[in-house]
Amino acid sequence: MSQITRDEVAHLARLARLALADDELDGLAQQLDVILDAVAAIGQVTDAADVPPTTHAVPVENVTRPDVVTPSLPRDVVLAGAPEAEQDRFRVPRILDEEA
Amino acid sequence: MTDLTRLTAAETAAAVASREVSAVEVAQAHLDRIAAVDDRVHAFLHVDAEGALAQAARVDAGELTGPLAGVPLALKDVLCTEGVPTTAGSRILEGWRPPYDATVTARLRAAGVVVLGKTNMDEFAMGSSTEHSAYGPTHNPWDLDRIPGGSGGGSAAAVAAYEAPLAIGTDTGGSIRQPSAVTGTVGVKPTYGGVSRYGLIAFSSSLDQAGPVARTVLDAALLHEAIGGHDPRDSTSIAAPVPPVVEAARQADVRGLRVGVVRELTGDGYEPGVQARFDEAVQALVELGATVTAVSCPHFVHALPAYYLIAPSEASSNLARFDAVRYGLRVGDDGERGLEEVMALTRAQGFGPEVKRRIVLGTYALSSGYYDAYYGQAQKVRTLITRDFTAAFAEADVLVSPTTPGVAFPLGAKLSDPLAMYRQDLATIPSNLYGGPAMSVPAGLSDGLPVGLQVMAPVQRDDLLYRVGAALEAARPFAPTPLQWETA
Repeated sequence: MSQITRDEVAHLARLARLALADDELDGLAQQLDVILDAVAAIGQVTDAADVPPTTHAVPVENVTRPDVVTPSLPRDVVLAGAPEAEQDRFRVPRILDEEA
Repeated sequence: MTDLTRLTAAETAAAVASREVSAVEVAQAHLDRIAAVDDRVHAFLHVDAEGALAQAARVDAGELTGPLAGVPLALKDVLCTEGVPTTAGSRILEGWRPPYDATVTARLRAAGVVVLGKTNMDEFAMGSSTEHSAYGPTHNPWDLDRIPGGSGGGSAAAVAAYEAPLAIGTDTGGSIRQPSAVTGTVGVKPTYGGVSRYGLIAFSSSLDQAGPVARTVLDAALLHEAIGGHDPRDSTSIAAPVPPVVEAARQADVRGLRVGVVRELTGDGYEPGVQARFDEAVQALVELGATVTAVSCPHFVHALPAYYLIAPSEASSNLARFDAVRYGLRVGDDGERGLEEVMALTRAQGFGPEVKRRIVLGTYALSSGYYDAYYGQAQKVRTLITRDFTAAFAEADVLVSPTTPGVAFPLGAKLSDPLAMYRQDLATIPSNLYGGPAMSVPAGLSDGLPVGLQVMAPVQRDDLLYRVGAALEAARPFAPTPLQWETA
């Protein structure tokens, strides 16, 4: 049985903000079908039913530090790595529609 | 005159400290070596000759001292270096110069280590061959037509080709150990949390771990000690001293050590030549005074599917930061297109096929309706794998297996079959899921190509890896890279 359809892949790509071309969608649908077939075997591990999940290899507790201000990176240094900067800020493409 | 590129890191540091040679001479010898061979090996994405010579001059001026002062190193391009390009093997970060150093980078600089440049890797560390680098593959110095392993193929190849005595890799599912196995080098994934992840571009945060690559076990230990230890900037960093790895490497003593051979990581699926070298190495450990038993870890067979759900899920979240706003590439910003469209175009052009595959796979595994069956179930299986380790470590002090199912395969052989590529990590993935340390050490040759033996130890017992690795190294000296292509 097919695990995943091309439409589903297109939906996932939209969620992940990937503007994939048609041929990429076709290829991915086929490959993911094979991969999902292989990883779906994990559902057959029956003794996992009552086991707690592991989210992290080393148990992590809240880690705090003294509330002391330390220097941040200089603004111009950080903005130098941005694709576009303006007036000491990151410049982003249009967010709202004209009519909004 | 001695060829400075053939010295070990320990020998180099001693020669520099006694002023037998200058750190600048050592750095220049390695830069010359890179200039001579890297057009064929392609281990490096960026060589920082100016930075390397400046750092070497500081060592010669006595400003920086320590057990590795003046020793050159190749740094995987996934670790941030202030002002020096860092791409993680991706187009989306082409030309980016980080505004700060990763903690690993900062510790190397403070230790007087001379960073020669940044090494090639599968894009965002996703792969087992470096063929997924956006900048072209690295070639295995043992046979240029074969893969150097991945994702850290550049780091391992640089060490094997004598372009650097030391390198840093990162290991999420085997990306230090598998390249080391197929290039005949020593590679260690420390205990998770043993080396800071601050400034390491994240792939799968619950699995990623940086560690050493070297040509000898002692060199790996010296580097492990230099980069390890608590870092307040990484909340998952372990607040305890680095295990005594250098002392263990010097002792090289396995008398009385209980070695467990993992039944599920031998036999079927492993090439006969790999299995034979592994069996001989285990026999050598017996002759050195270790006791060997077979142990069973029944859930290890589920490690691969668990990993290929957990790692892509975490990656799909981590790689959301590449949004065409704060750093890297931006495509299609024509004043007409909106933010989301620019973001989607940028990510489609900036990411390569394997990264897109894993982002979509991870997005799927995390979506409502599938979460429990995939990501949730994988996390439960992760618990079972950890319990297998705990039970096995009641019977044995360390576990061993072949590092990889086979020797280095030809470039291109598995590129169109993602599952075949994923299976390279069968034996290395369990330690990432558990969090314990693991090492690959050379175990001899099969058809003229290196075979690696993997040693796995309990969390925070990294020292045990070095005892076993150093004992094997002393009993069965590692073969030097033949480099036939250089003289052909």
